[in-house]
Amino acid sequence: MNWFKFSSPQTFYPLAGRLIPVFWVLAVVLAVAGLYIGFFVAPTDFQQGDAYRIIFIHVPAAWMSMFIYLVMAGWAALGLVLNTRLSSMMASALAPTGALMTFIALWTGSFWGRPTWGTWWVWDARLTSELILLFLYIGFMALHASIDEPRRADKAAAILAIVGVVNVPIIYFSVKWWNTLHQGASVSLTRAPSMATTMLLGMLVMAIAFWMYSIAAALSRVRSIILERERNSAWIGQLQESR
Amino acid sequence: MQWGSVGEFFSMGGYAEYVWGAFGVTLVLMVGEVVVLGRRHAAALRDARRLARAGGPR
Amino acid sequence: MNPLLAVFRRDLLQAWRRRADWLTTFFFFVIVVSLFPLGVGPEPAMLRTIAPGILWVAALLAAMLSLPRVFESDFADGALEQLLLSPEPLPLLVLSKTTAHWLLSGVPLALMAPVLGLQFGLDVEAVRVLFWSLLLGTPCLSLIGVVGAALTLGVRGGGVLIALLVLPLYIPVLIFGAGAVETVATGTGAAGHLSLLGACLCIALPLAPWGASAALRVALE
Repeated sequence: MNWFKFSSPQTFYPLAGRLIPVFWVLAVVLAVAGLYIGFFVAPTDFQQGDAYRIIFIHVPAAWMSMFIYLVMAGWAALGLVLNTRLSSMMASALAPTGALMTFIALWTGSFWGRPTWGTWWVWDARLTSELILLFLYIGFMALHASIDEPRRADKAAAILAIVGVVNVPIIYFSVKWWNTLHQGASVSLTRAPSMATTMLLGMLVMAIAFWMYSIAAALSRVRSIILERERNSAWIGQLQESR
Repeated sequence: MQWGSVGEFFSMGGYAEYVWGAFGVTLVLMVGEVVVLGRRHAAALRDARRLARAGGPR
Repeated sequence: MNPLLAVFRRDLLQAWRRRADWLTTFFFFVIVVSLFPLGVGPEPAMLRTIAPGILWVAALLAAMLSLPRVFESDFADGALEQLLLSPEPLPLLVLSKTTAHWLLSGVPLALMAPVLGLQFGLDVEAVRVLFWSLLLGTPCLSLIGVVGAALTLGVRGGGVLIALLVLPLYIPVLIFGAGAVETVATGTGAAGHLSLLGACLCIALPLAPWGASAALRVALE
């Protein structure tokens, strides 16, 4: 199979159009299943009560936020090295969804922290790193948005994403280091509840649902980006007539 | 199943505002993103269509 | 003359001709630091605890403020395009410009910080560590910052954008730098923090000029 066939926006646009409904359906079905397991099968935690049920969205969102950044940087780097337009478009399509996931992880983390740690926000290593990740996403999108010429914006944002990827482990390490030095100031954190099998299952199903959601959202956004950037090319005109 | 009644389910063992606050905002944001995506695609399609009609493919 | 040296000398000469610009950055640092006691109150014990953080954050902001100037004038008068065409490897040329930026922004901050540290009631040992941490940390700030400066070159709203891009990347330097000064108060020894700052410098030194040159090529293509 020739994968490069799909690397042109022209062939990818209809393919994405066919794939998107599949991913939406998968996302909804898995989310319903995951929420059912999370709310009706998984038992109440003996330590944290029912507040722990927030992990069914918090952990998947946190995983996706980090993973999407890596994938985004990967696509951006590919677009920079191979000079393929579609990879760069994928990178800019992933960024808002990644930022959304980061925000959800922060928001739900805060709502989980309030009943379990007694405070809305803790300068804990994971929460702080997640906040910095949100800043990195915002930087990527802001840089891309402020350069008018799309290809130049793609390349500049790609360099920023690569610099970000090199930095993320260093930032995480430094924040962890900083956190251990200031243990006295922070609230002693209760560990995540020791997981019953059904809890773990619910979380995994929800994580896959978030995956499907992110893929569908990114594909949908990349279709818009393709239309916006390539509206002057011949194939878009033909696309309209065939509809 | 551990819920005796619908009311018990919604009270979430006393953590209702936290659990529903987290799930509710997540749902609103995700549905919001889907709506925004749909609108953006519709607008892009409309623009492309107008361009194609006006001057034809260049 | 060696072209790398020529670039370096030219940057210093230009800075000397526009010394008001660089003095502004320097006084920005002094003023921001002096504002904090007025904002949080003159309690010596509290000032001593927050001094490392304040001095470091102010240094971060001051170093960032002068970044747009690294490429701006060369970009405006076309000298940057000549640099890109020169046979010398671009990362090395970027490195000499970065060194000039560090000499003009980082070194004055490191020299001034001990005086401000004394104002905050830091003891001599803490002031000594503050000086060395700034001397080790500010080159990292210049190196990371130059990548941001190159990325936002000729971009609308570049001055504000550069803050958004560069400040999150400065976080490790801030943590290790301010942490080094804090260790004096806790008595755990600053060696660990200072060597981590050195490690940051070792990572940034080969990578940042390369990234900045890639960004310059994108900006000027």
